[in-house]
Amino acid sequence: MAMGKPARRLFTGSPAPHEGALIPALQELQEKLRHLPAAGLAEISERLGIPLSRVFGVATFYSQFSLQPRGKHVIRVCLGTACHVRGASQVLEELHRRLAVGEDGLSADGLVSVEPVRCLGACALAPVVVGADGRYFGGMTPAKVGKFLQELRGGKRG
Amino acid sequence: MVRLRSPADLDALRKSICRTRDPSKLCITVCGGTGCRAYGSEELATGLRQELDRQHLGGEVEVKLTGCHGLCERGPIVIIQPAGLFYAGVKPEDAAAVVRALVHGGVADRCLYVDPESGEPVRRAEDIPFYRKQMRVVLAANGRIDPTSIADYIAIGGYQALAKALSEMTPEEVIAEVQRAGLRGRGGAGFPTGTKWASCRRAPGPHKYVICNGDEGDPGAYMDRSVLEGNPHLVIEGMVIGAYAIGASEGYVYVRAEYPLAVKHVRIAIAQAEELGLLGDDILGSGFSLHLRVFEGAGAFVCGESTALVASIEGRRGMPSPLPRPRTTEVGLWGKPTVINNVETWANVPLIITRGWKWFRSLGTEGSPGTKIFSLTGNVRNTGLVEVPMGITLRELVYGIGGGPRVGERCKAVQIGGPSGGCLPEQLFDTPIDFDSLQGVGAMMGSGGLVVLSEDSCMVEMARFFLEFTQAESCGQCPPCRLGTKRMLELLTRLTEGKGRPGDLSLLEEVARGVSEASLCGLGQTAPNPVLSTLAYFREEYEAHLAGRCPAGACRALVSYEISPETCVGCGLCAKTCSQGAIFGQPRSPYRIEPRLCSRCGACLAVCPTKAIRKG
Repeated sequence: MAMGKPARRLFTGSPAPHEGALIPALQELQEKLRHLPAAGLAEISERLGIPLSRVFGVATFYSQFSLQPRGKHVIRVCLGTACHVRGASQVLEELHRRLAVGEDGLSADGLVSVEPVRCLGACALAPVVVGADGRYFGGMTPAKVGKFLQELRGGKRG
Repeated sequence: MVRLRSPADLDALRKSICRTRDPSKLCITVCGGTGCRAYGSEELATGLRQELDRQHLGGEVEVKLTGCHGLCERGPIVIIQPAGLFYAGVKPEDAAAVVRALVHGGVADRCLYVDPESGEPVRRAEDIPFYRKQMRVVLAANGRIDPTSIADYIAIGGYQALAKALSEMTPEEVIAEVQRAGLRGRGGAGFPTGTKWASCRRAPGPHKYVICNGDEGDPGAYMDRSVLEGNPHLVIEGMVIGAYAIGASEGYVYVRAEYPLAVKHVRIAIAQAEELGLLGDDILGSGFSLHLRVFEGAGAFVCGESTALVASIEGRRGMPSPLPRPRTTEVGLWGKPTVINNVETWANVPLIITRGWKWFRSLGTEGSPGTKIFSLTGNVRNTGLVEVPMGITLRELVYGIGGGPRVGERCKAVQIGGPSGGCLPEQLFDTPIDFDSLQGVGAMMGSGGLVVLSEDSCMVEMARFFLEFTQAESCGQCPPCRLGTKRMLELLTRLTEGKGRPGDLSLLEEVARGVSEASLCGLGQTAPNPVLSTLAYFREEYEAHLAGRCPAGACRALVSYEISPETCVGCGLCAKTCSQGAIFGQPRSPYRIEPRLCSRCGACLAVCPTKAIRKG
């Protein structure tokens, strides 16, 4: 990873130069850019005075963080126990198929990320999918995926 | 609002709030939990307000978005107070009908809950078996108060326990009360809370911390989310009392970032409590101060372990500290004595202080007093959040409250305790639910996830599912867990693919024992539980997999799909649904599945109107 100063400041937060500020800083950066680019990690390291190796270590430890670019729209599919026993993996497969999602979790057009998550805590609605707009869709089946995508497209005009 | 400087100020505020409120005023409460929101409860609340305004009733009837009512299966839930009229599955377009019924003193029949047993409509929550058999103590105010209103919480007696503790009790007396109550940690292990507090109080040093562990990473559980979303002040009040008892001046509420609504409500609650002087400096004029902050967990199951959680707040990888190590109550956050309790544990504290240890002991069992909240999910009719006294049997919970299986004749098993727990077969459904009984049968309470499994669930596949989870969530620090979970996952995957070899089962048992005994922290020590419990109670399923069969028909490599030519009407729906293009035929004549193309996803089975597709 190049250590030179990035051309523009990616991270504008000004937390106290304190170790405890690292995770909130990474969260803020990811919120802004949807992923953590190398230059951003370097900048956080410099600002907080924490070695880049440690920043990288933390960024790769937690499931929330992504070092890879993500799609503009993120669809999350819950794979928790309750969703699993009601067939969540078939729903995920159908989403992958319809959006032609590749190994990187991105749709063929690069616009949508499909991300499996451990548990969304909406177990009574299992299987659950959360749309790009943060709306929860319960009782999903592979057959409902088409309508779900249609609704999302309608909602975001894309 | 003015800052409260004494318990008398709080009392005066409560009285003045109650004076301005007419208990006979009509109030439509709409469940605003994550579940009901998914069914459109926010739109419903807006619709109700608009309809009331149209009828010029905006001033006479209040609409309140509350916390989770529990019966998430039938959301959105609406209750009309003070009469307690209960509606379920109310859609945004039902708003007009609900208001019309209210105006005419009638009932919107189509929104009534229909008892699936009797087929009769039910008007009050108390008459629904799902609620009647529960004991809602911690969840009592969920569904009655607006979680974003501190006035609502104070009106029902909120922060009275804190006032009592600060003005009438010494820290030692608070600890003694919690110890006598016998409160045990609701996060999983059941460690006595009072003992933890006493140890932290004894630890030297002026700086101590309290932490609320809301990193509910257990898949299939959402009690903590609902408590934080629905009644955040109860948790905060518990934390302030605990901080006073141990002498802490700072604290964190650690919430999963996947719970945006809980994060939002806790932040609002903290700001409100600070403004009133119920949090922050010189709380209620007692001289005692506590500052709370929210920390959004970045997603790591292992952070449920106390030293890993501390590492995470300190901005490090969430890995448990190596042994031997001092307890967190002595050396915790930033090296200072720290008490970490689960959300539900904190929520019990104000109840114990207000009503006393004897009351608490009168609930539940001798060894596990009090109640426990479970999230009841999977193959059960009434999925949702239930609170029951400890000691209730699994059967009462699954059949009495849950209403039995939603598909099939019987429940095959329950998975209790998540990735650290086990699968218990129906013959053990009379086991009382308490910390010790569950451990006795190879499961554990865990945080309270309870997933009911049907005949369609394969126990080997369930074990594989949990091992896939623990293997991915293992922090990788200690070899028994890092390598052992990987090897177990490989063995289980092999079995579910029909590639098992003779001796695999004994090898699996041997590895499981090793991981359980040699791992550093609770994650590794309990990771083999799903394997060992299914091996103990469903060994014949493992043996069937060795012979290349999956009795539940769940393992894809071991099942095939066939269309019965006699039953098929040739509608072609299956062929249209098939993502692999594996189904061939002409309309109005029987279709056929090509096994080499079939991915065995089961989509065709679900859409076939004549049930002509067989799984074998």
